[in-house]
Amino acid sequence: MKKFVVRRIGYSVLSLLLLSLTIFFFVRVTGDPAVLLAEPGASAEDLRIIREQFGLDRPLWIQYGAFMENLLKGDFGKSFYYRTPVLELYLSRLPHSLLLAGAAMVFSLLIGIPTGIIAAVRVNRWWDSIGKVFALLGLSLPSFWVGLLLILFFSVYLEWLPSSGAGTAWHVIMPAFALGWYFAAAHMRLTRSSMLEVLGSEYVKLARLKGLPEALVIAKHAFKNALIPVLTLAGINLVIMVNVAVVVETVFAWPGVGRLLFEGISFRDFPVVQATVILGGAMIIVVNLVVDILYAVIDPRIRLER
Amino acid sequence: MTRPLLEVEDLRTYYFGDRGRRVTKAVDGVSLTLAAGETLGIVGESGSGKTTLALSLLRLLPPAARIVGGAIRFEGEDLLTKSDGEMRRIRGKRIAMILQDPMASLNPLFTVGDQVAEPIRVHEGADRRAARERARELLRSVKIAAPELRVREYPHQMSGGMRQRIVGAIAISCDPRLLIADEPTTSLDLTIQAQYLGLLRELQRRHRLTLIFVTHNLGIVARMCDRVAVMYAGRVVETGPTKAIFDAAAHPYTKALIESIPKLSGARGRLTAIDGQPPDPAALPAGCAFHPRCPKVFERCRQEAPPELPAGEAHAARCWLLPPA
Repeated sequence: MKKFVVRRIGYSVLSLLLLSLTIFFFVRVTGDPAVLLAEPGASAEDLRIIREQFGLDRPLWIQYGAFMENLLKGDFGKSFYYRTPVLELYLSRLPHSLLLAGAAMVFSLLIGIPTGIIAAVRVNRWWDSIGKVFALLGLSLPSFWVGLLLILFFSVYLEWLPSSGAGTAWHVIMPAFALGWYFAAAHMRLTRSSMLEVLGSEYVKLARLKGLPEALVIAKHAFKNALIPVLTLAGINLVIMVNVAVVVETVFAWPGVGRLLFEGISFRDFPVVQATVILGGAMIIVVNLVVDILYAVIDPRIRLER
Repeated sequence: MTRPLLEVEDLRTYYFGDRGRRVTKAVDGVSLTLAAGETLGIVGESGSGKTTLALSLLRLLPPAARIVGGAIRFEGEDLLTKSDGEMRRIRGKRIAMILQDPMASLNPLFTVGDQVAEPIRVHEGADRRAARERARELLRSVKIAAPELRVREYPHQMSGGMRQRIVGAIAISCDPRLLIADEPTTSLDLTIQAQYLGLLRELQRRHRLTLIFVTHNLGIVARMCDRVAVMYAGRVVETGPTKAIFDAAAHPYTKALIESIPKLSGARGRLTAIDGQPPDPAALPAGCAFHPRCPKVFERCRQEAPPELPAGEAHAARCWLLPPA
């Protein structure tokens, strides 16, 4: 178990390093931020001064070295646009993203797991077909479109829910649905297929041969085994939700890190883009690590490995 | 003679595929009787319907399969008219079954103790502690060393032979009258196989079990069984006392099966195999299903399926070579 954890941490550090390298160079391919920061009609000299001010005139590898040095001290740099430390900006937006992702996750699991189980237990019956349609729509409808339809119906037509911003519980409902539908569909499909596989296993057959009530066979012998892959996916999805809500947050003007990233890209605000991507990546990597370890705790085959 | 423990009469179990358009007659008119304490071997190639027959007895068939006719009487009760709840109380309690694959039969996420204790808790309402205690005794009775430690361990920590003995312990946990063992030793190596068969014998004696052995291994049948039923394409083609079958098989298929056992002594001559493939159960030949592979086939075999004809004392076969009754 200990060896397993140490090895996993080693891989995680390596992944982060590669990520920082990639985003640092890629974001610099997008163009010159000085052009966006300067007044219209600024002279070449003005642009040069702005570049110098942000250290963009130095060779790339020196810039990267300085960036990594600061990063190791926990300093992500200052936003070109807001002129405040990026980490502060990020942390002020993060709670909103966590709230949205949490709400979307609760929604996706509450819908995805029960419908997945029912679809597997009643495979190829009408319940299963309804579930398939729901999943297909969730996986294929783009979230910005779902978001716009929701706004049109619930805000404009019914005037029940606020169309944008954050603040009350009412504000989170539509973005959580728009973000969570895709994941509800993904969780449902995985629950269904995982449950189907487990229901066909020999140990479920033996559980039935023992004369256990069908509810116990499903709830105990099948469900716990079927849940392992679903939990893994949900854990990873939670972090993905925090970090891919860019479109949904933009549609609903939700002040989370997704919108921060969108702004960062629009203004070529390199430190903001680097920080949101690296912090997002770090979250995804840490959650993968935690899920792997939790996996080991649930599954005795990994837990007891020496 | 007292009433038999199990009577199967003209049992038919079909698989329905392709929305009911394709019907596979996996079990097609099987009749059997089994006296208490007896050991019956059901022999046949893969696809002959022997496992479907075994699962039909417990009414635990895959969703595509349905029992379409016949009767199963167990201790005088008709199992086919029982409700699902009544059937559930019979499974594991009065009729137990051991599956083919011991490695996959135990749930990886629960301790061995929990899984052995489960039927006792469900059928006898025993509390956790009493069931635990019984589980330890059961493990001891199937010769698992240090059962007090093993009950807390998980299946992956045990060898195949041990897991199969644990599956055996689960099967006898509620003192069933009838135990069905479906290829219980195929996945075990030979020495473990012999040990396991010995253990089953011992359990049978101690618990006065009636045993049904489903197997393709005639060697096991010769060692373990009082009587044999040979299945081919969903039908019992020959049935009789083990000795009579081995000494004087009446059906050409049974003869071929016996001749295809490799012999250690006097290993002269070639190992014989049965020509051709087992038939596709969804498209059986007309007449006797064995006729395309039969060395003694004649015209009548191609047209008419033979009825069961007597071939000796308590010995019968479905073959036109036998004199009519």
